[in-house]
Amino acid sequence: MRSGRGLEEAVRSFRVATWLGWQIESNWADPFVFAIYSLVKPLAGALILVFMYAVIAKGGLASPLFPGVFVGNVVFIYVPAVLAGISWTIIDDREHYGMLKYVYTAPVSVFAYLVGRGVAKAAVATVAVVITLLLGAFALRVPIGLGVLDGPLAAGALVCGCVMLAFFGILLGGVTLVTARHNYGVGEAVAGGLYLLCGVVFPLDTLPSWLGIVGRAIPITYWIEAFRRALLGTRTPAFEGLSNGVLLAVIVGSTIVLAGLAVVVFRIAERRARARGLLDMQTMY
Amino acid sequence: MTGRSKWTTFWRTVRGRAYPRVIGAQREKSWVFFEIFLPLLQVTAYVFIYRAIQAPPEFLGFVVLGGAMSAYWLNVLWSMASQLYWEKETGNLELYVVAPTSRMAILLGMALGGMFQTTLRAAAIITIGALLFRVSMTVTNIPVLLGVFLTTLVALYGLGMMLSSLFLLFGREAWHFSNLLQEPVSLVSGFYFPVRALGQLVAAAASVLPITLGLDAMRQLLFPSMMTSLRFLSAEVELAILVGASVLFLFLAHRALSYFEKLARREGRLTVRGQ
Repeated sequence: MRSGRGLEEAVRSFRVATWLGWQIESNWADPFVFAIYSLVKPLAGALILVFMYAVIAKGGLASPLFPGVFVGNVVFIYVPAVLAGISWTIIDDREHYGMLKYVYTAPVSVFAYLVGRGVAKAAVATVAVVITLLLGAFALRVPIGLGVLDGPLAAGALVCGCVMLAFFGILLGGVTLVTARHNYGVGEAVAGGLYLLCGVVFPLDTLPSWLGIVGRAIPITYWIEAFRRALLGTRTPAFEGLSNGVLLAVIVGSTIVLAGLAVVVFRIAERRARARGLLDMQTMY
Repeated sequence: MTGRSKWTTFWRTVRGRAYPRVIGAQREKSWVFFEIFLPLLQVTAYVFIYRAIQAPPEFLGFVVLGGAMSAYWLNVLWSMASQLYWEKETGNLELYVVAPTSRMAILLGMALGGMFQTTLRAAAIITIGALLFRVSMTVTNIPVLLGVFLTTLVALYGLGMMLSSLFLLFGREAWHFSNLLQEPVSLVSGFYFPVRALGQLVAAAASVLPITLGLDAMRQLLFPSMMTSLRFLSAEVELAILVGASVLFLFLAHRALSYFEKLARREGRLTVRGQ
């Protein structure tokens, strides 16, 4: 009975938070301006890579490295959107709107609420990912097509990846709950670090060997590799020996570990934030 | 108020508004770390891209210089253009408006403080980047290089002062607008590759942003052999355009501040928060 009510509360919190997140994300502009805004940033990010390759790489965009780099960069759009987006919710609600304390006083599941707020960002990211992939396929001749698409792998990677990023975001949200001034940089710093270490825009072997080891220990590296295989049908040399099944198992396993860690860290941070009166902190930064 | 005391108040305001950026910002060590560390992460990622495609070593220098100059663009966006919006949100803007001083002095103080603060960060990015990736630069003409650098900053912060007046009218869209101007400007200004790669027409359009010409001219003066075939305009021409842009943006900033402040007063937007 009790767990049924808890589930009902979580579903309601998730639904309302998703709606609220969407309103916050989108209602500052008319739909046309919002659509342009959502697309221009990721497209510009992709085009920076395109020009770097076009200017230098032998064969320009026909360089064998380019398709993998392009797909990695596009898929990575989800990482700052979901991961930094969820942790940013804490700052936004606490510092900007001053409503985090009301979330805690209402019959709301905080985890469901945070994930719901992240869904709006993931939805915007999905549109950007799809449009950028289409640009790659049709304008830049990146060999993405229905002929090579591994649907089950792409769907599995998408679902597992978003869940993994949501828990990563909750973990960072916990850190944000108990930090003041420097919390603005936490999400960006983590996303920036992952961009570098996960071999998103260059082969992992280009990194110094010790950094490459760190990159191989991060599950997002495997998630991006899964997408490369699903969309391009090719394997990155660094992961040649891993089958698709093993790849998905690594992603699922690390998501489970991350989920446990995120819940524990968030609960500890939440307890400390309550004890130190940080839930309604206003740092004016 | 006499002419003399008017100027005294003006310069005191400039000093007072620059102070938190020159002194206060250095006290927050985590910000110093993040403002150097975050651009360095981006720079490092782009350096590894060039290494992966076996680009000539000068391109690593292009990236390091672009990363350092991007610190100025981010400072102009987030600490100049959006600043009056933040001040509105924290309740300082109404104090600025009722204070018996020039609003241009406040903007100038913000700009000078921001330049100082960002120069420390940019210098750190260049030093760490150059050491880390063994970038060698050949300074061919120090006076012109200094002239280009300083004029770029004046024009860039003039643009920032102009944008800050425009942002006075913004609510939440201020944040989104600044966010929107990051990657697209990195692209069209050629932060990580010579702007000429975009074609003459796009490069000419992107020259509206002073950092485009400033970066191209500085690359010519620091990496002369590589830039011979990759330059957009000659460094001297770019310097002359930057001088013109500096005067134009400062003039426009003055006019825009007066116009948008009146408009914001009339529409009651100076004290609206949490929009």
